[in-house]
Amino acid sequence: MKKILKKLAGNQIFIPCASLILLALFNLIADPSFFKITLGHNSNGDPVLNGYLITILDYGSELAILAIGMTLVTAATGGQDISVGAGIAIAGSVILRVLCGSDPRPTQLQTSLIVAFLVAIFVSMAFSAFNGILVAYFKIQPMVATLILFTAGRSIAAWINQNKLPIVSAECDKTFGYWGNYIPGIPIPTPVFIAAVSILIIMLLLKFTNLRLYTQSVGINPKSSRLNGLNPELIKVIAFVILGVCVAICGLIKVSRLQTINYSVVAKDIEMDAILAVALGGNALSGGKFNMWGSILGAYVIQFLTTTLYKLNIKSEALPAYKAIVVILLVVASAPVVREKVSKLFKKTAKTDSKSEGGAAA
Amino acid sequence: MMQRIKKMSDTNLLLTITIVVFILMYLCAVIFLGEGFRKPQAFLNQFNNNAYLIIIACGLSLVMITGGIDISVGGVIGLVSMTCAVNLDLKGGNIVTSMLIALGIGLAFGLVQGFLVAYLDIQPFIVTLAGMFFARGLTTIVHTNPINVKNSDFVKLRTTDVVIPGLGAENKRGVYIDATIEIGVVIALIIVLALFFMLRWSKTGRNFYAVGGNQQSALMLGINVRRTKFLSYVMCGLLAGIAGYVYFMHVGSGSPSHAQGAEMNAIASSIIGGTMLTGGVGNIIGTLFGVLSLSTIKDIVTSSGYDDPWWTGITVAAMLCIFLVIQSVIMAKKHAQGASDKKEKQAAPASS
Repeated sequence: MKKILKKLAGNQIFIPCASLILLALFNLIADPSFFKITLGHNSNGDPVLNGYLITILDYGSELAILAIGMTLVTAATGGQDISVGAGIAIAGSVILRVLCGSDPRPTQLQTSLIVAFLVAIFVSMAFSAFNGILVAYFKIQPMVATLILFTAGRSIAAWINQNKLPIVSAECDKTFGYWGNYIPGIPIPTPVFIAAVSILIIMLLLKFTNLRLYTQSVGINPKSSRLNGLNPELIKVIAFVILGVCVAICGLIKVSRLQTINYSVVAKDIEMDAILAVALGGNALSGGKFNMWGSILGAYVIQFLTTTLYKLNIKSEALPAYKAIVVILLVVASAPVVREKVSKLFKKTAKTDSKSEGGAAA
Repeated sequence: MMQRIKKMSDTNLLLTITIVVFILMYLCAVIFLGEGFRKPQAFLNQFNNNAYLIIIACGLSLVMITGGIDISVGGVIGLVSMTCAVNLDLKGGNIVTSMLIALGIGLAFGLVQGFLVAYLDIQPFIVTLAGMFFARGLTTIVHTNPINVKNSDFVKLRTTDVVIPGLGAENKRGVYIDATIEIGVVIALIIVLALFFMLRWSKTGRNFYAVGGNQQSALMLGINVRRTKFLSYVMCGLLAGIAGYVYFMHVGSGSPSHAQGAEMNAIASSIIGGTMLTGGVGNIIGTLFGVLSLSTIKDIVTSSGYDDPWWTGITVAAMLCIFLVIQSVIMAKKHAQGASDKKEKQAAPASS
């Protein structure tokens, strides 16, 4: 029994699962209606599923997509990209700019959505590659290098559209809203499918290419991977570029959800959530080995936490304070120094236990 | 010349670059953009508007010299100004209590973050990122809407200016106007001087450089590495608290959107001022010039017609990027040269 427990606690997935169960239990006790899912109709008369769990799945999917890229960057560089929120603003702005041209209230789209999306992916990859080059070739710490885009990103996003707020109304193009909301006839939100496809692709990549091996070895020891014939710089840039693709996908979902964009608010504080998802998934923030499923699960757990906090009537501006406490508790719990002390404490109590048992037996 | 540059310590080399860049930039501004930059008061206004930034940039320099980073300072400023505003305006506090609150908040952030980073070995970026979000969230919990402080004592304190004799100028109507600086500037300059002397001549100050330069050898030399790191975060937190009050005196209100992105500007000024992110290199005087350079380039950008709100953000980022790359390139070259010098020295006796 003890062995099974130990094995469970040692598993990487243990932390996100445990926190998920803890959160679920909390909600179950506080208000069982949290888990209710009803089939309703949205304003267009299409059937949609309603309920807190659906909200979690819906918004958690954005985060899961980001967490995929963030895990790779974390593993390869030992640092995190804090410009993802700004990157989403840029990608969203590019999509709207290409779709609407210079007219903020278009009656007809300039190009098809696919073209706009491809342009956004390209731009997003370019910005990420810029981050990656600063990190890999100029040896700047990832968080500081991405600080540049963190400051400039939202300004750039506003500049792309000359601070106008283009709106793609439903009369203009119906299908634009499908990506972030619902496809008529399917009651499950579309972002869930997008996330599923992204997860499938990254899992296939990890399974059939050397991506996992190379990023891990670069993260663990760049010097020795160089001696083994890898190109650590290139692999770091590749990790950033993959994150760029993830950011563009999130940008599409975000603008499609509202059919417009607000440069200073869109994807605000999402970098914190994405980093938190990676940490919660049991991945070392200092790089090296990673567990993709852990991060993805972590993303949904974070969204679970956010939704729970919202349900407790906490204002969205105050949310970061509570999440920050969770982050601190998490990193403190996973800090090697603390772990050592705790395990020592456990050993001591185990010893005294066995002693007392021995005494009783005698 | 090259020889001399090679011999210069990293700190002095980067400091020289910063000062030269600043002087060149200001000269260009005076020559090409004229009027606005020529008055002494315009120069003093750089200080008036950025006193708080000078203080937090100093705090950040301390932390960065020991090899860490603190991005919670902007959040702390917002929290301090909001809490003080609530204390003065809604809770009927006086100036002394509000000052104590400011110092207390700064100290609390410094103590907790310092403990987590120094004694529990958690990455400073994660800790202070959480600190930043915590401070921002707490600000809105304290009070949601902006408050304009009307407490009479405080208004008197905040409008008190220090007159600098001899630098005044006549305005268009021929009325002589004294050149003035705010109290906050005096505080900032005192802090700059105190930290400069501390880093240069005190044992604690030298320990900062030793820890940032090479933690392992600092430990071997018998320096208490953990305590030194802890001290740097505590000082940075305390300075952020003071900066919060200075900012509060400058704007006279509390709002959740105050000092948004200040941490970024502080880090940028510190880097432009020649503090290395890798630790062990930096100078407080350089940081002062870093702040001035940053504010000057912002003024130049806005006064040459690019007054759309996004241009300042983009310029600051571009400038930060340039200086980061310069640092990285200089250091790589220097190390390469150092290595080749060593090789030559080793090769010389062998060949003879």
